Amino acid sequence: MDNETATTSLIYADRPAQPSAVSNALVFGWRAVLKFKHVPEQLFDLVMTPIMFTLLFTFVFGGALSGSTAAYLQYFLPGILVQTVVFNSMYSGMGLSTDLGKGLFDRFRSLPIWSLSPFAGLMVGDILRHLIASLLILFIGILLGYRPEGGIIGVIEALLLLVVIGFGFGWIFLVLGLVMRTPSTVMTMAFTGIMPLVFASNIMVDPATMPGWLRVFVDVNPVSLMTTAMRGLMAGNATAAQLGAALIAPILLTITLAPLTLWLYRHK
Amino acid sequence: MHDTSRKEASVAAIEARGLSKHFGDVRAVDGIDLDVPRGMIFGILGPNGAGKTTLLRMLATLLPPDAGSAKVLGFDLKQSPHEIRGSIAMTGQFASLDEDLTGRENLILLARLWGFRGQAVKQRADDLLTAFDLADASAKQVKDYSGGMRRRLDIAASLVVTPGVLFLDEPTTGLDPMARKSVWRMIRSLSEAGVTILLTTQYLEEADQLAARIAVIDHGKKIAEGTSRELKAATGSGFLHLTLVDATRIEEAERLLEEITGSKVQRSSEGAALSLMVDTPQNANRGLAALIAANIELADFSMGAPSLDEVFFALTGHITENQPSPGEA
Repeated sequence: MDNETATTSLIYADRPAQPSAVSNALVFGWRAVLKFKHVPEQLFDLVMTPIMFTLLFTFVFGGALSGSTAAYLQYFLPGILVQTVVFNSMYSGMGLSTDLGKGLFDRFRSLPIWSLSPFAGLMVGDILRHLIASLLILFIGILLGYRPEGGIIGVIEALLLLVVIGFGFGWIFLVLGLVMRTPSTVMTMAFTGIMPLVFASNIMVDPATMPGWLRVFVDVNPVSLMTTAMRGLMAGNATAAQLGAALIAPILLTITLAPLTLWLYRHK
Repeated sequence: MHDTSRKEASVAAIEARGLSKHFGDVRAVDGIDLDVPRGMIFGILGPNGAGKTTLLRMLATLLPPDAGSAKVLGFDLKQSPHEIRGSIAMTGQFASLDEDLTGRENLILLARLWGFRGQAVKQRADDLLTAFDLADASAKQVKDYSGGMRRRLDIAASLVVTPGVLFLDEPTTGLDPMARKSVWRMIRSLSEAGVTILLTTQYLEEADQLAARIAVIDHGKKIAEGTSRELKAATGSGFLHLTLVDATRIEEAERLLEEITGSKVQRSSEGAALSLMVDTPQNANRGLAALIAANIELADFSMGAPSLDEVFFALTGHITENQPSPGEA
């Protein structure tokens, strides 16, 4: 490196005017979009398991469970969307854990920016992930014969609910991402926690045939409540009570875990 | 020790009093005072786990101290962390970059966060890439960079806006000698441009080469401070360096020399080399005579000023864990 040129071009002392918090947050959102460009494989991760689930459950169990594969798909698809979003909400926690491990967050924290803007970027990434994954699965569902009776409006409302669900569950994994040392620990914890929630729910089968003690859990399982509301929205007959019940978990998670996330971030 | 390039500004770059941080029972930093004038390259020298990184993280507002106070460019650490963040930059021990993004995108990200807009964003990123010899790799993802390239990009990322104080945590750890020299050149040219630099290192040669002043840290405490010449002088003027022909007799030689001269012998990390502090040439003579009398053959011997290695040994009683590859004093 030529010392003369280096020295002159290195110096940039006129600091530009401090950008707004919104502008900082948008920059982090841009980073999340770039990640999709550079790591397109992640889309594969996002939708592979749910697509496999959809195909296996519909064609292997569907006939036995609902009389025909078409009837089962109609029942199952809104639920698999909930399952997908709940599972995929762990990605920002894993990303956070990676960034922390690499020291990238140290750099962000030593910048004179709105200290929460990196989280805003994670949220943007989350929302994109949820929308892309949901649309892909919905597309495959429609190819296989699924028909949302609620029409375009119902589907849009359902997608909004999915984003809210992902947002709420995302906090769990942001907290884990801040506490756990490695991204793979976050993933393991996520699977251990989510598996029972997803299976002991009304996503795959009607709980009517389950033993009473299990039904007690299944009926209050937030995943069941969210799935019921999703079915309602996509079928165009959701009630306000169903929607309210579905929103309890995301709202509670946000209220309790968002402050905890911020506290952990500032004190770690 | 009076740095002539120091600016007139009356405010010191860094002024720390009794900074402390403990993690559980471990006193990572235990009451450190530090005065760094503006425009200086100040070195913090110590082995792994001495508390260097913790000290730097506290000064860079990343970690709140448990006790003590500090001012960076006149701003108080506790009262004005945001102002401090606006005038410092920190390059951590591990390249703090987004591996999935390209080198150019990493710089664009930071330039936007600093508030650059429009054409200026790309202009600044490209200027830095050119200055750091990364223009050819600008479109490559950082995960495909070599260690030296990552380091350069990492330092470039700290210079998007020229900081008043630049913190460099072990800037050349893990680099090959060529890459290390190129980082050294970069640090020097930044200093010539007036940036105050606080760097930590476990390489004695690095501190010797770069830093106008050096603080030696061990177990969270500052055990010495001065210019490299002062530190060497404080340890004693004369050092006797010996290399034995037969490495198997090194322990015998060590014992003999300690007996005769009364000073502690430092064994090099490899080979059959020994060095010890001797206050007078006579003392050195007596030591050599004793070795000859015991039939311990010498391949080489010399008298000279101590290396920083030896200074560190004299100050802490143990040798540094990682020796610099190119620097055999």
